[in-house]
Amino acid sequence: MERLTAFEIIGQILVQFTPVWIGLIVILALSITFKKRLSLYGKLFDSPIGIVGLVLVLFWVLTAIFADQIATFDALDQVSGMKNKKPGWPVRGLDGMHYLLGGDNLARDVFSRVVKGSQSVLIIAPAATIFAFMVGITLGLPAGYFGGKTDTILTFIANMVLAFPVILLFFLLVTPEIRSTGVPLVLSGVLFLFPIVFFVLLFYSKYSERPDKLYLYLGITLVIGFWAYSGLAFNSDPLGVFYMDPNLLNIFVSVVFVNSPTVFRIVRGITSDIGTRDYVAAAQTRGERPWYIMLWEILPNARGPLIVDFCLRIGYTTILLGTLGFFGLGVSPESADWGMTINEGRKLLSLYPHLALPPALALMSLVLGLNLLADGLREESLKD
Amino acid sequence: MLSFLIQRIGVMLLTALCLTLIVFFLTNLEPNLEKLTKSEGNQRMTDAQVESWLQNNGYRQNLFKRYGEWLGVAPGWTRTDPETGNVTGRCIRNGVAAEEAPSYCGILQGEWGTSLVFKEPIGGVILKKLGLTGWLMLWVMIVMVPIALVIGVVAGMREGSKTDRTLSTFSIMSTSTPEYVSGVILIVVFASRLGGLQWFKGTSQSAMENITFENFTLPVAALALYGLGYIARMTRASMTEVMTEQYIRTARLKGLTFGAVVLKHALRNALIAPFTVIMLQIPYLLTGVVIIETLFNYKGFGWTLVAAVGNNDIELMMAASVVAVFVVLMTQLISDIGYVFLNPRISVN
Repeated sequence: MERLTAFEIIGQILVQFTPVWIGLIVILALSITFKKRLSLYGKLFDSPIGIVGLVLVLFWVLTAIFADQIATFDALDQVSGMKNKKPGWPVRGLDGMHYLLGGDNLARDVFSRVVKGSQSVLIIAPAATIFAFMVGITLGLPAGYFGGKTDTILTFIANMVLAFPVILLFFLLVTPEIRSTGVPLVLSGVLFLFPIVFFVLLFYSKYSERPDKLYLYLGITLVIGFWAYSGLAFNSDPLGVFYMDPNLLNIFVSVVFVNSPTVFRIVRGITSDIGTRDYVAAAQTRGERPWYIMLWEILPNARGPLIVDFCLRIGYTTILLGTLGFFGLGVSPESADWGMTINEGRKLLSLYPHLALPPALALMSLVLGLNLLADGLREESLKD
Repeated sequence: MLSFLIQRIGVMLLTALCLTLIVFFLTNLEPNLEKLTKSEGNQRMTDAQVESWLQNNGYRQNLFKRYGEWLGVAPGWTRTDPETGNVTGRCIRNGVAAEEAPSYCGILQGEWGTSLVFKEPIGGVILKKLGLTGWLMLWVMIVMVPIALVIGVVAGMREGSKTDRTLSTFSIMSTSTPEYVSGVILIVVFASRLGGLQWFKGTSQSAMENITFENFTLPVAALALYGLGYIARMTRASMTEVMTEQYIRTARLKGLTFGAVVLKHALRNALIAPFTVIMLQIPYLLTGVVIIETLFNYKGFGWTLVAAVGNNDIELMMAASVVAVFVVLMTQLISDIGYVFLNPRISVN
């Protein structure tokens, strides 16, 4: 059995990604066909930067979805004799199978690990960003709208968290020992309440005059909300559907905690700006209540900058997760987390560059995609 | 101006107090204290022995009292051994009589404690390490700031041109490449056999004594690259805004060349916003410094922080946090004051 040449390796990898290519073509073809009806998303196809960004992001999303089909081996499979082998090395005993990007320090397939590693990033980063937005919006709207004492106190707290060196906060919060002290539980108990508060306020402010709809929506929010809340924050979901590994919870909460103050500042700034517009004054004259104005008049009109920041923030969160992994504080010791793989590979970097390079390039391309996408969206939303 | 300064400094001190209290709480959690006890005593101590050691060494006091002692606003604890009659206390060093020891010994008195890792007084350790990191930061600033400003100005002076597109894409790429990614790529390309170039060294250990082009280029490049894009984008945004102003059109119409307009009229106003951004970028560089110093084995402040956390060196962690928080708050203050000075339209009264 021969070692593959560089061309054969590239060819093989392109073939492995077949489901992703098909998915990409289908999505892009559909999007371009129905471009006119897709508002901002459709307009994205007018900007070359936006298209490149979208393709990169979609590539990784599809890779995460089809990871099991794309990966040639299991992320944890160790094959004897494959330790630190170079890219394209044939696997002994399995005819026609190769470690496409070589083997790592524990004789696992680097290619499969990079592919599988996309899953954890693409679940954690957007989820953590959504939670950070819920916290930032729920606190930023009243701070920007009312001003005064609420604003002063909330801004002080936000600035305080922002003045905290991120890396130090992670070192202190994301340690296995801290779990026994209950600090992450308190944090998650507080932070995970915000989505529930947000949706309750959202429905209550709109339907308070229409009890039939109000009770239905509030009921659904509260039941699902507290069901998920009990499982995610305290791991006590009676049905066992919602569950988060304690270590993952630790990381998740820290990332949300670090991101929330920035979102808060952005929302607060936009709200105090939009709060002076005529349609807000009109709503006030109509006698609408403050939370209705904030959630149903101001928030929809603030969506442009918020969507752009959402994309940027997912990228930033991805970098943060990588940083955590780099310091060995990843999701779990044996997971295929990109940051952790880079960390393991860096120790042998000058001898075996193929260990750290693929996850590094993967992480970079995903973040680049998100940043380009955000840039394209910003450009197109400004054209309106 | 004076009342503005006093108010800013007041808020800053309050923030610093709150933050150090939080760090104090987080570094003195129960598991950390237990680990500390066992490393000071021995690994096989029973729970009762751990408890009595903590009791005898002042760790079982109220958190706020202990924070006060650490800060130097509350008198250090003393304890008389019931059997031998020996007096021990926070401020009583070995070989000093209990009567002569000062009653206050916190960071306000300059007592930072002793590091477990380095077995040296922390004040000296921190100063030495900050000096090393200072060199790194200095070179990063020297490389990053001019390049970023030039990219931003050139991209922003003709919005939408081909140059602008190329430079903007480069800026986005640079902000998408965190230090641990660019560090890895740079080492592979310029310092490994695979890259074939081997121009530079993949480790900066030797730079601690003697900084050379060979051992310091890669860490500086990796750090500068991540911050560069952000500053360039901010400069570009500020430049494009200035270029649409009326006075620029006036200057063009009165017959000045494009170059003269950019240099004489646009540049000064366009560089106000980036100043703030550069100052606020310093705290972000701190995270990068920790990553890069670990990656290149350059034993400066960031490396010390990692070592302190890894070895549960509580006093050193506290000292490093104070420095980090101080740096962040100072840069915020300087950027606020600088903004007021640079921008004549902003008045604080």
